[in-house]
Amino acid sequence: MIANLVFYLFSFVLLASAVMVVTARNPVHSVLFLILAFFNAAALFLLAGAEFLAMILVIVYVGAVAVLFLFVVMMLDINFAELRSGFQRYAPIGLAIGLVLAIELFVVLGGWKIAPEAMSLRFAPRVPALHNTAQLGNLLYTDYVFLFQAAGLVLLVAMIGAIVLTLRHKPNVRRQLVADQVGRTRAAGLRVVEIKSGEGIAPPESVVR
Amino acid sequence: MTAIGLPHYLTVAAILFTIGVFGIFVNRKNVIIILMSIELILLAVNINLVAFSAFLHEVTGQIFAMIVLTVAAAEAAVGLAILVTFFRNRGDIAVDDASMMKG
Repeated sequence: MIANLVFYLFSFVLLASAVMVVTARNPVHSVLFLILAFFNAAALFLLAGAEFLAMILVIVYVGAVAVLFLFVVMMLDINFAELRSGFQRYAPIGLAIGLVLAIELFVVLGGWKIAPEAMSLRFAPRVPALHNTAQLGNLLYTDYVFLFQAAGLVLLVAMIGAIVLTLRHKPNVRRQLVADQVGRTRAAGLRVVEIKSGEGIAPPESVVR
Repeated sequence: MTAIGLPHYLTVAAILFTIGVFGIFVNRKNVIIILMSIELILLAVNINLVAFSAFLHEVTGQIFAMIVLTVAAAEAAVGLAILVTFFRNRGDIAVDDASMMKG
């Protein structure tokens, strides 16, 4: 009973915040509602018994992806009101396509049931003695180790791609040149000057600016 | 009130998927919101995978959900990097008339 109410609460907040993500005027609000949606989805995962994925969702999405979105939204100096100008024009077609899609999904959902032999075709049935994280680890590091490594490769490619795309060398930035510093000789940096008493000395050309 | 079953989760995921598709259509100019809508769609897929995994008492679905999560994170990183580069080149992020690649 309580679990039912909790499910409906989290589902409602999830869907309401998803609507706010796509309709909010300010993109910063959109990102904050996206974070709320992710939190509620994590709660739904918890209710379904997927504890590890719930925690991963909070860490990866809220901790990394949503903060990345927030960072980019605040970094770019954009007139967001101008970007919303087509909202009224596109809302009817968006609603129509969304409605058709939803009706189709519900038709599929209404006429569908699990095949009776599905339970015997399972690949890795849940072991009641193990908790969720342990069982996921057992499966991920044995049967799905290549998938695991491929996921790591995807992340590596994404990281390199993001760096390559956003890295740029500004012309007027002075950087430390370690080779020049190490290769400096005494002759290049030191000059012994004889100064007559009472006359002083003019600074060399390189110091005068 | 009936007990929460697989159809409840699938209904929530279907509505979330529809909201994501709707978001792509209504925010055609704002590519940041489009990326967020894609995240919502991937979240709906993850809810489906986890729901099936939970109600069939099967763990493989959660492995798949983890892989989808990884790809979604990578997609967000590369998408935002492309967005930043696009903004530096053009000064705005209106993508409905982005035809620079036509030459």
